[in-house]
Amino acid sequence: MAIEYDVVGVTLLSLYVSGCATLLGSAIGIPLGALIGLREFGGKGLIKTITYTMYGFPPVISGLVVYFLFSRAGPLGSFGILFTPTAMIIAETLLVIPLTTGITITSVSEVDKSIKDTVRALGATPRQSVLTVMREAWVGLVMAAMIGFGRCIAEVGAAYMVGGNIKGETVVLTTAIMTETRQGEFGYAIGLGVVLILVAMAVFLFLRLLQEKEML
Amino acid sequence: MSAAIDLKGVTKQFNDVTAVKDVDVSIAHGEIFGILGPSGSGKSTLLRIIDFLETPDTGKLFFDGVEICAGTVAAGKKMREIGMVLQKPVVLNRSVANNLAYSLFIRGWDEKKIDARVDKELRRCGLSDRRRKNARTLSGGEMQRLSFARSTVYGPKILLLDEFAANLDPRNVGLLEEQIRRYSSEDPSRTVVIVTHNIFQAKRLCTRLALMWDGEIVEISDKNAFFENPRDPRSSAFVKGDLVY
Repeated sequence: MAIEYDVVGVTLLSLYVSGCATLLGSAIGIPLGALIGLREFGGKGLIKTITYTMYGFPPVISGLVVYFLFSRAGPLGSFGILFTPTAMIIAETLLVIPLTTGITITSVSEVDKSIKDTVRALGATPRQSVLTVMREAWVGLVMAAMIGFGRCIAEVGAAYMVGGNIKGETVVLTTAIMTETRQGEFGYAIGLGVVLILVAMAVFLFLRLLQEKEML
Repeated sequence: MSAAIDLKGVTKQFNDVTAVKDVDVSIAHGEIFGILGPSGSGKSTLLRIIDFLETPDTGKLFFDGVEICAGTVAAGKKMREIGMVLQKPVVLNRSVANNLAYSLFIRGWDEKKIDARVDKELRRCGLSDRRRKNARTLSGGEMQRLSFARSTVYGPKILLLDEFAANLDPRNVGLLEEQIRRYSSEDPSRTVVIVTHNIFQAKRLCTRLALMWDGEIVEISDKNAFFENPRDPRSSAFVKGDLVY
């Protein structure tokens, strides 16, 4: 028998967790990527390789790390956030950071050298130069956020592990689909799947419009 | 009075190629100084060294008699007093007006002053009717006029032009040359350094000329002497158009 979900609540929680993780992952990954992409330093190639390799970081490992850190016996257990949306956000943020960092590295590196030279020659400070180059790489930076969001909204392993799939508290669309499928409620699972796809498409459409926005 | 720009023993090497070899040159305030030479002779590298976009391997740079080393805070400050226009027109992905405003915005000008100045400059460079267009939709000549205006709108004391008119049509070349003359005549202390391999353009604009050859300056003369009585056989061949390169 299918579990009765508050579909709107589950959908909103999915958006909340994925949205927060994307924002946090972008807030950390985009500046970090810009710093790595625009500075020359020893070991840069190694850092880039590690970052790109982390694209394939398994979600269950991210979940395991957060579980270990925030479990009652873990070093951060006193925060008491395991099996809450906060733990899910942290686990998913860890998955987003390598993506936003790596895509930002590529995007800012691909901004034409003549633009970087011109900005410097016009007298921009190093900080102003970085911000200007980031603005020139706008399409790539929004793409980084889109891919980050895509990973979060589709994520199930880490969300299940650190959220616990508690009805009314930490159930998100993906974990609900998994539960319903296990119980043989395919129709209900497919219905939730359609909601998930529509939500993801709506967010992607919004980000795509943001990406297309002409810079004036 | 100290020279506006003074280079002493400047050398720059890229891998095994020496782009600039032990260059000594002194450029006075108010000069329009031309650096002529074939492609690959080191002209652009020398200009980039003057604008601190490249760090010389050896040698010293003096501005108004004060030595400034690349990569220092002083070099950063000096860059704000220099304007540079590159060969390839470079515009930012924003409106024509905001491209022009960029130079003033990064200098902390307030919005009202920026708007007034941008209006004036757009009229001067003939782009008023394009102010709201994305700058990347402009033609090559318009982009270069915009680049020039953006590099001079803040009134730099030194203006560096790197093959600024290459690949442009005669009308846009004429408009840009007019912008250079106006920039120079507005303040007699302003110094312009033009890198070009166009001897006709050098003759029209410059007051003094240098010929660069394989990274070295082989001759520096006043314009008339350079064209009428060149000392170095390579200058003579360059002026006559006998050089094939």
